[in-house]
Amino acid sequence: MERNLTLIALFAALIAALGLIPKFTLGFGVPITAQTLGVMLCGTVLGARRGGLAALLFLVLVAVGLPLLAGGRGGLGVFTSASAGFLFGWPVGAFVTGLFVEKVRAGSLAVTSGIASILGGIIVVYGFGIVGMAFVLDKTLVEATLLVTAFIPGDLIKAIVAGVVTAALFKARPNSVLSRA
Amino acid sequence: MISLTSPIETRAHAWPAGVKLLGLCLATMVLFSQNGIVFHACAFLCIAATYASAGLVFLRYGAARLWGLWPFVVMVLIWHAVTQDFVAGLVISIRLLSAVALANLVTLTTKLSAMIDVVRFLATPLRRIGLKTQQLELGIALVVRFTPVLAHKGSQLSDAWRARSPKRAKWNIVVPLAVLAIDDAEYLAEALKARGGVD
Repeated sequence: MERNLTLIALFAALIAALGLIPKFTLGFGVPITAQTLGVMLCGTVLGARRGGLAALLFLVLVAVGLPLLAGGRGGLGVFTSASAGFLFGWPVGAFVTGLFVEKVRAGSLAVTSGIASILGGIIVVYGFGIVGMAFVLDKTLVEATLLVTAFIPGDLIKAIVAGVVTAALFKARPNSVLSRA
Repeated sequence: MISLTSPIETRAHAWPAGVKLLGLCLATMVLFSQNGIVFHACAFLCIAATYASAGLVFLRYGAARLWGLWPFVVMVLIWHAVTQDFVAGLVISIRLLSAVALANLVTLTTKLSAMIDVVRFLATPLRRIGLKTQQLELGIALVVRFTPVLAHKGSQLSDAWRARSPKRAKWNIVVPLAVLAIDDAEYLAEALKARGGVD
């Protein structure tokens, strides 16, 4: 019980800490932060329920006014901004990522986690993000999708990194990778 | 950990957090139900005047927190300039700025402890059905305590990397950072258990 709580809390803190790693720019000038990598790792390492709760706990702390998002952003304003949908997608994305890793036991953990991160961390999160952006900016879903495609390559890299990191963590601390425990 | 609450005391600091949040929900719903340029211009000016009533420093700080929205505003304005519907683009941009400015206003004028009390209040139905929400509160405290710890460990890891490599550390430090987070979580769990556990 205590372990569940502390792992959820520490992974929420990990999402915040990853936001402080300096931004990294893709070849064509799109800045990406490591925070969504943290969301993917919540799912791949902690599993569906705990991973989703960790992302949710992180959002609660952002909402109550802590500047935990990359660039020191936070507070309620980020939940009415054009990118708010992505944030709402984080807990669901982490849940789906974790569910995939829990259910699909075949193959290497790195590959499974990478695919899970693409499903949960990209497809689900972008689904929420696109709906949110379409609503706030008054665009159709297709138009909103066009506006966010520039960020997909960066997130694909993060999904691959999430797969590799999860496999390395499983080697280093097998008992703590709860999605496979 | 520094919260985003403004150190400049305004009258709104004394108002109950629940009332401010409820007002924010209603105001945001109204903003998104209207489409007139006149309405949105007036609404934006009212919000700016509210910020200004707490002083120029407060207004400037509020404006600085909106600066991050410029990519969206530029994108929408260009989009609507191309589609020959510039007024609609203006409405969308102003509405976005108003909605974020209003929400920021609540964050700026509400203390962290008051916000956490609201979270506790919102969790009341969960307590009624028998769930223990102390864990949520302990979880919040743990994240607040351990975010700076992990951030510090992250910067130590990237310093250690820089000492050995001419290149900057990118993803390489994520594995050790996550291992440190897992270890901290396991130690903490044992420490909590040794002190009587959480439930």
